[in-house]
Amino acid sequence: MINYNRMIFELSNPGRIGYSLPKQRFTDYNVEALDKKYLRNAELLLPEVSELDCLRHFTNISNKNFGVENGFYPLGSCTMKYNPKINEEMAANKAFRSLHPLQPASTVQGALEVYYQLQEYLSTISGLHEFSLNPYAGAHGELVGLMIIKAYHEERKDFKRKKIIIPDSAHGTNPASTVVCGMDVVEIKSNSLGRVDLESLKAVLNDEVSGMMLTNPNTLGIFENDICEITKLIHEAGGLMYYDGANLNALLGKVRPGDMGFDVMHINLHKTFSTPHGGGGPGSGPVGVTEELAKYLPNPRVKKIDDYYFIENSGEALGQISSYFGNYLVALRAYAYIRTLGKENLKLVGPYATLNANYISNALKTAYDLPIPGYCMHEVVFNGLTNKDTDVRTLDIAKRLLDFGMHAPTIYFPLLFPQSIMIEPTETESKETIDDFINVMHKIAIEAKEDPDKLKQAPTKTPIRRTDEVFAAKMMIFSYKDYLEYIQNRG
Amino acid sequence: MSKLVEGLYYSKSHEWVKPLEDDVVLVGITDFAQSELGDVVFVDLPEVGDTVSAEVEFGAVESVKAASDLIAPISGEILEVNDELVGEPELLNKDPYKNWLLKVKLENPDELSELLNIEEYEAFIK
Ligand SMILES: Cc1ncc(COP(=O)(O)O)c(C=O)c1O
Repeated sequence: MINYNRMIFELSNPGRIGYSLPKQRFTDYNVEALDKKYLRNAELLLPEVSELDCLRHFTNISNKNFGVENGFYPLGSCTMKYNPKINEEMAANKAFRSLHPLQPASTVQGALEVYYQLQEYLSTISGLHEFSLNPYAGAHGELVGLMIIKAYHEERKDFKRKKIIIPDSAHGTNPASTVVCGMDVVEIKSNSLGRVDLESLKAVLNDEVSGMMLTNPNTLGIFENDICEITKLIHEAGGLMYYDGANLNALLGKVRPGDMGFDVMHINLHKTFSTPHGGGGPGSGPVGVTEELAKYLPNPRVKKIDDYYFIENSGEALGQISSYFGNYLVALRAYAYIRTLGKENLKLVGPYATLNANYISNALKTAYDLPIPGYCMHEVVFNGLTNKDTDVRTLDIAKRLLDFGMHAPTIYFPLLFPQSIMIEPTETESKETIDDFINVMHKIAIEAKEDPDKLKQAPTKTPIRRTDEVFAAKMMIFSYKDYLEYIQNRG
Repeated sequence: MSKLVEGLYYSKSHEWVKPLEDDVVLVGITDFAQSELGDVVFVDLPEVGDTVSAEVEFGAVESVKAASDLIAPISGEILEVNDELVGEPELLNKDPYKNWLLKVKLENPDELSELLNIEEYEAFIK
C-alpha cells in the first residue's frame, strides 16, 4: 500500500509529470544570451508526482492538522478567533487577486480605496493619526515602530536615547525587536497584581530613555490601570510610548491607545481582525503613529486627493520595509471583516472576548491555581493545578486536552509562573463550547489525582502522540536536502 | 520529589555550590531546577578566566519550555568550564549534581554563609 503520508519527495517517481505548462506567451527574450552565471547547472530536485498523488499527499497530512475549524482552540496570546469565509471569498476575487503592484494607480482605484479605507478605519479604532499597512507581521511592525522612535530622537540630534523600557511580562518579540533596532532593553518588574510597578519604572527614568513598549492588556490578560500615569512619566522623561497592539482584541471599540497617550503602535491583523495566522504567515502588522511622527512612516503610502487615490513615496520616510504594499490580500480580508461586522458590532468584540475569559477564570479557579485573582481581560493565566501533590504538570494537562478534541492553551508562557497555562477563548465561541471545555478541564483535574498515568501517556487519540521535542529543538532540519545529509551521516 | 545532596550550598535561584580545596568550588544547577526546566537542549557558558559575581547572570540554559538565565551564587574567577555540557546538554537532566557547570576560585569565601543549607533549600522549594 502506498503511504501518502510520506514526504512528497519520497513519493517521487523520476520522469513522472503531473503538470502541463501554459502556452508560451513571451517570445522577446533569449535564454542563450543570459550571462552564464545566472544559469542553474545542478539538478532541481523537485518531486515528480501525478496530480492525484500530490492531492492525496496533502489531504492526508492536512488530516493530521488541527485548526479553528476542527474544534476549540484557546491558544493564549494568539487570538485564534474564527475567520469568516466571506473574507476568503473577497480575497479570492480575481479583480483583486490578479493585480500587479506596479499597475498605474488610475487602473486600481478600487484596490487603493480598500487599502486607504483600512488605514482610516485603523486610525479611528485606535485613536492614532495615520497608519502604514506595509509591515508583514506583529514583530515586523514593532521593528518599524521602534525605527520611527529612533528616527524621531536622531532628528533632534538626541543620540544618547538608546534605552527601551519593557516590563518582564512582555511578549518576547518586544526585547528582540529592540535589539534588532540597535537599542538597549531595560527590563522592569511587575508588581504582585501583574501590573507595571510605578516605583520600578521611576527608578529607571533618565535622559537616555528612548521610549517604553507596553502591551495593554498585558500578557497576563491584565489591564494596566495606571496607564495614564505611565505615559505621563515617560513623556516627562522625554521618551515616546509604544503600544504593542497584538492584544487589541480585548479593547476593541472600548478603549483607544491614542487616548491613553501612546505615540506609536502596531496591530496584528491576523489576530484582532480575523485574518489567517497560517503557520507563521502571511500576517500583517500595520503601524500607527501620531500626527507628529507621520512623516517617518515607510514608503510606499496610499493617499487621497478629492476622490482620487494615489501612491506616494516620501523623502522624509524611513524608506521601504516591505516589497510594495505588504500583504495586500491580508489587508483586504481585515477590511472585509470590519465592513461585515460594522461599527456597532465591532464594539461588542472586546466585551464578549473579556466575558468569555472571565467565565472560564471563575469556573476553573477551584481546580486550577489562579495566581492573580480578580478580573482578567481577554485571557486568563493559571499556574498549573491547585493540587500540587501530584506529579502532573502543565505539559500533561495540555497533552490530555488533545484527546478531547481541543487544542491546548499556550503553556509555560508567560515566564512569570513556573506552570503557566494561558487560555484565550475569543469572542467567537458559544457558551456550549466553553462549558464543554470547562467540564473537560475539571475532568482532567480529577484524573490528575485518580489516574495520573493517563495524563502522562496522553495524547492517545491523536494521529501523532508526544513528539520528540528535544530532537526537534536540537536537530534543525528544514529541507529535504538537509534531511538526506542527516540520514547519510547517521549511517 | 527533588533530589538533594548533603554538604552543598544552595541559592534561591536554584544553583548549588560544592566546596573543594583552597577556596575552589564547583557550581551547578539543582535537581529541582532541571525538573522545572524540562529537557535541556542548550547550555551557554562563560569562558575560563572570566569572572562571575554573586547574584549576577553568567550564562543561560534553554529547555524545550523556555530559556532561563543562570545566576552566579558566588563571586570569583572561572578556573574551568564543563565543556561536555555544550555537546550533551541533556547531562543536566540525567545527573545535575555530577554534571557541574563551572569551577570557580572564590573571591570572598564568606559569601558561602549567605547561601542556603540543605534543610533551608528543601523548605524553600516546598
Ligand atoms: C503581545 C504580542 N506582541 C507581539 C506579537 C508578535 O506578533 P507576530 O507573531 O505577528 O510577529 C505577538 C504574537 O502573537 C503578541 O502576542
